[in-house]
Amino acid sequence: MESVDRTFRRSLAFWLPVWTLTWRELLRFFRQRSRVVGALGQPLIFWVLFGAGLRGSFQAPEWAPSEMSYQEYFFPGVTVMIVLFTAIFSTISIIEDRREGFLQGVLVAPVPRLALVLGKLSGGTLLALIQAALFLVIGPLLHFVGLGPSLGWHLSPVGWLAMVGFLGLVAFALTALGYSMAWSLDSTQGFHALMSVFLMPMWLLSGSFFPVPESGWLSWVMRLNPLTYGVAGLRRLMSPALADVSASSSLPSLWTCFAATYGFCVLTVTLACWLTHRRSVINVR
Amino acid sequence: MIAIRVDDLSHAYGERLALNRVTFEIRRGEIFGLLGPNGGGKTTLFRVLSTLLPVQSGHVSVLDRDVATNSAAIRQRIGVSFQAPSLDRRLTVRENLVHQGHLYGLRGLELATRIDDRLARLGLTDRMHASVNSLSGGLQRRAEIAKGMLHDPELLLLDEPSTGLDPGARHDLWRYLQQLRSQNGVTIVVTTHLMEEAEKCDRLGLLDRGQLVALGTPAELRAEIGGDCLTISADEPTRLSQRITERFGIEPKLLGQTLRIERAQGHELLRELVEAFPNEITSVSLGKPSLEDVFIAKTGHRFWEETENTNRVTG
Repeated sequence: MESVDRTFRRSLAFWLPVWTLTWRELLRFFRQRSRVVGALGQPLIFWVLFGAGLRGSFQAPEWAPSEMSYQEYFFPGVTVMIVLFTAIFSTISIIEDRREGFLQGVLVAPVPRLALVLGKLSGGTLLALIQAALFLVIGPLLHFVGLGPSLGWHLSPVGWLAMVGFLGLVAFALTALGYSMAWSLDSTQGFHALMSVFLMPMWLLSGSFFPVPESGWLSWVMRLNPLTYGVAGLRRLMSPALADVSASSSLPSLWTCFAATYGFCVLTVTLACWLTHRRSVINVR
Repeated sequence: MIAIRVDDLSHAYGERLALNRVTFEIRRGEIFGLLGPNGGGKTTLFRVLSTLLPVQSGHVSVLDRDVATNSAAIRQRIGVSFQAPSLDRRLTVRENLVHQGHLYGLRGLELATRIDDRLARLGLTDRMHASVNSLSGGLQRRAEIAKGMLHDPELLLLDEPSTGLDPGARHDLWRYLQQLRSQNGVTIVVTTHLMEEAEKCDRLGLLDRGQLVALGTPAELRAEIGGDCLTISADEPTRLSQRITERFGIEPKLLGQTLRIERAQGHELLRELVEAFPNEITSVSLGKPSLEDVFIAKTGHRFWEETENTNRVTG
């Protein structure tokens, strides 16, 4: 009995901090309404405006059904954009936490560093999923006001589960990436700079905005971009019709997508943990 | 019984040496004050003691555990209150305390009871649902201390706890700290740059330019100077200083526009000085040495001068 009790206490000492850090992340986000609107509104506007502007010039890739409009092609990309924005911006709070002194309060608490990382990452991931879910509901509804295509959802419950699970994996990896960036930076300006020269291009070159070309340097950049597999995986999971389409550079197989995204996730989470374990002067200013 | 043992501790930020071979001990159940000007090294020492900064060289043990190897065990037993409150400003006072409790493995009814107790003790009960952002600096400081006390630490580390407190609140805070010390046996370490606050500590360590220049009770430190302190203002202090040396064989300390002489039987010297230099001296005062006098005697400069210099360097 005693050993059970001890095991329970030990796991409580780990999961209670994880839970409370996650809870705080959600609470903070929903107290700042402008952030809720910003992270969802911008991608939504992008989807409608680019959808309207690029309708004529868009050439559907060969695997796509011929009647596919640009907005339909763009839909998974916008979902990933929402996840990226929400996940990344939730990690900016690390820089604010440090400046406001909150972080050092957490650092002197008897909290395993891994629990600190997991708390932050689950908070960011959950927020990203909530925002993405809102878009998955609102996006198709725009059809009724003439701003979007008719998007019928033809997913089975298992299909939904797989899609949300995969989106969660992508969100977790991106939050860990944002965490690692925020942990090493001492100003939000620096974060915004990295955002525009690194994260935005990463998203643009992930096949979310335009398909991966068959050859050329751009093709290689896009193939090496881990987010390409996140977008492609989501695309496959969103449309069961694509299940039989064989793998190509612009639409790798589901397993390739999963393996690449999983690898990306392991890499960024390891980086986040490693950075957190070092005690650095930047955190105690 | 020793609570904290610091042995030959040095710490550098790049080229700048913030702590230079500091050695001292803090006993269990005492209120220990780290006194010094800003930039003197007390915040660095505070961060090492609270496990935020690694031990670069030397040896530090807190509650019989080595800080370098056993910081996890120490963290469970110490409470830390920071100079910049570590509260989440978007959360309410109570939400902050719930969060803090969870970080320390507290939950449910036990946590709720503790929160109510701390809020009542620090006079925050009626503000517990207010967002931290809406609180005055003094109330934020009290919430910060409630946060540090939540898990009943054996050792409480407070960095400049009176910052932003009005005199009444400062008085209440010290009464609370003394109560914690005497009733619960908590060891309390405070950093401060306020002399009047240092007077309330059981023992003091004076830190200047990274070095521990004095250690003892406030009374012991004052006794080390001995006698009386004469403070003389003059229009030409340098010239007056020379003439005092010629006439009396005393070398006054020159501090800005004032001269300072420490001496037993100060009242006799006072009379002789005024008779000898009636025109040069604009004012002269005689007093028992204060902690500021101790500081000047130990470092050769005024408490605040050093602060200004450091401020200039760091911008």
